Amino acid sequence: MVGVFYAVLVAPFKDMAGSPAFLVEVLIGGLFAGLMYSLVALGFVLIFKASGVFNFAQGVMVLFAALTLVGLMERGVPVVIALVLTMGVMVVLAFAIERIVLRPLVNQEHIILFMATIGLTFFLEGFGEMVWGANVKKLDVGIPDRSFIVRGVQINELELTAALTAAILVTVLAVFFQRTRIGRALRAVADDHEAALSLGIPLKTIWVIVWSVAGIVAIVAGIMWGAKSGVQFSLSLIALKSLPVLILGGFTSVPGAIVGGLIIGVGEKLAEVYWGPLVGGAIENWFAYVMALAFLLFRPQGLFGERIIERV
Amino acid sequence: MSGNGGGPLLEVDGVSVRFGALVAVNRVSLEIQPGKILAIIGPNGAGKTTLLNAVSGFYHPYEGRIIFQGQDRTHLKPDQVARLGIARTFQNVALFKGMSVLDNIMTGRLLKMRGSFVLDALYWGPAKRQELEHRAFVERIIDFLEIQAIRKTAASRLPYGLQKRVELARALAAEPTLLLLDEPMAGMNVEEKEDMCRFILDVNSEFGTTIALIEHDMGVVMDISDRVAVLDYGRKIADGPPEQVRKDQAVLDAYLGVGHE
Repeated sequence: MVGVFYAVLVAPFKDMAGSPAFLVEVLIGGLFAGLMYSLVALGFVLIFKASGVFNFAQGVMVLFAALTLVGLMERGVPVVIALVLTMGVMVVLAFAIERIVLRPLVNQEHIILFMATIGLTFFLEGFGEMVWGANVKKLDVGIPDRSFIVRGVQINELELTAALTAAILVTVLAVFFQRTRIGRALRAVADDHEAALSLGIPLKTIWVIVWSVAGIVAIVAGIMWGAKSGVQFSLSLIALKSLPVLILGGFTSVPGAIVGGLIIGVGEKLAEVYWGPLVGGAIENWFAYVMALAFLLFRPQGLFGERIIERV
Repeated sequence: MSGNGGGPLLEVDGVSVRFGALVAVNRVSLEIQPGKILAIIGPNGAGKTTLLNAVSGFYHPYEGRIIFQGQDRTHLKPDQVARLGIARTFQNVALFKGMSVLDNIMTGRLLKMRGSFVLDALYWGPAKRQELEHRAFVERIIDFLEIQAIRKTAASRLPYGLQKRVELARALAAEPTLLLLDEPMAGMNVEEKEDMCRFILDVNSEFGTTIALIEHDMGVVMDISDRVAVLDYGRKIADGPPEQVRKDQAVLDAYLGVGHE
């Protein structure tokens, strides 16, 4: 009994204290994974806020974006042009989704729109596979996957670049939504559709913009995951990892998506490395959901609840 | 400000709105002259809100035409109607609940803001100046409607009567040519109703805004309207100056509940 107590509550912390450089490496690894979850969760939050649609297809949009980018590059298109083309494809996708999926279902129950996005998931997965093939592809956008050592801590250049890119992206989005007219229009649409319409805010335009932004966020997430572990269909499964992130951060909060993602990423890495061996490892895959469940018991509205909504 | 030299600002011409088999509005025609206040009254379920929704583009008539400033506007969508200079409030108050009163009213100003969406964030100077200009206009409305004290309050925390007033402020922020008010006095106590009547009259005289308002209670509107139209069971049963409508037998029957066969 005492042995179990020691192994669970004392030994892991002794390990952490024993090798701080390794702890920092684990934390960095966790933050990087968390950032990826955050980026996917961010796409969810944007669409959910603007249209009340829980977009199940966000994960597949990440995959689809990465596949398109890799596919173009494999055909000899230079990185920058391929990137611009991929952005174009995501914007066209946003237009198509608004026209074909959202518009005919306007004023339907949320659950119906949710089911439509499940359909969209399967379509995009099949369509992507049909156009670009189902093989695992290596994505190399020119970011070196090298490491350097700072004070005994190994830091990966790719992860560092990813972190900076994500930080820039989030800052740009924050400015976009808080400082521009479209940001105010978006917040208005998120709050009350009819009132927004009566003030002359075109709902459809807002939807296209939001889905386009979510598509561009998906490209960034896709590049980072793809560069790290190859572009493959399991990429769409990270969407499921962003569900616990949303529970932690709240469905309507952009800062919540970021912070929630980082907490989940770090939490599962720590759990895997320090507590995993006690139960034979491989707890990384489900630990995030346990965290989310625990969170639901104590703060069901998420970290940032409803109060912060007006600031986003 | 009407574009057709002395004609009505808004003309509803034989408009019917149906929901399946139910005819909510049945061949109703009416006119609003520029600068006037028109009240549309009638018992519950008379089709008043449906008619207003048709004018503001939320419903589309099954027959008939809606003409604004001399042009056929029957099939416009709500956001397009707003662009023409028609603002409205809602029966059940549709404020942006997560925003402050000030942000709500500023949102009403969106159509008046110019410039590129994306460049707003970059062109800090002009964008900021524009924001300040709009802010000044919004402050004028805030003073006008006497809601200075609640500027920073979240809309959802306000009592009902004040929410209605903020909604009026948001509609005014768009500087509408025509203002549609859906039961602006519903659920208010006597004092609040008197305040609202005063504001409606002041808006009309100060900004020259043409107003169409819907009311359930016929007493309140008689004093402030230039003209009163009465709906009952989707049909217009009377239309004229208040003193004439007040004495109209069909109107008295509708309100006193004389049976329809």
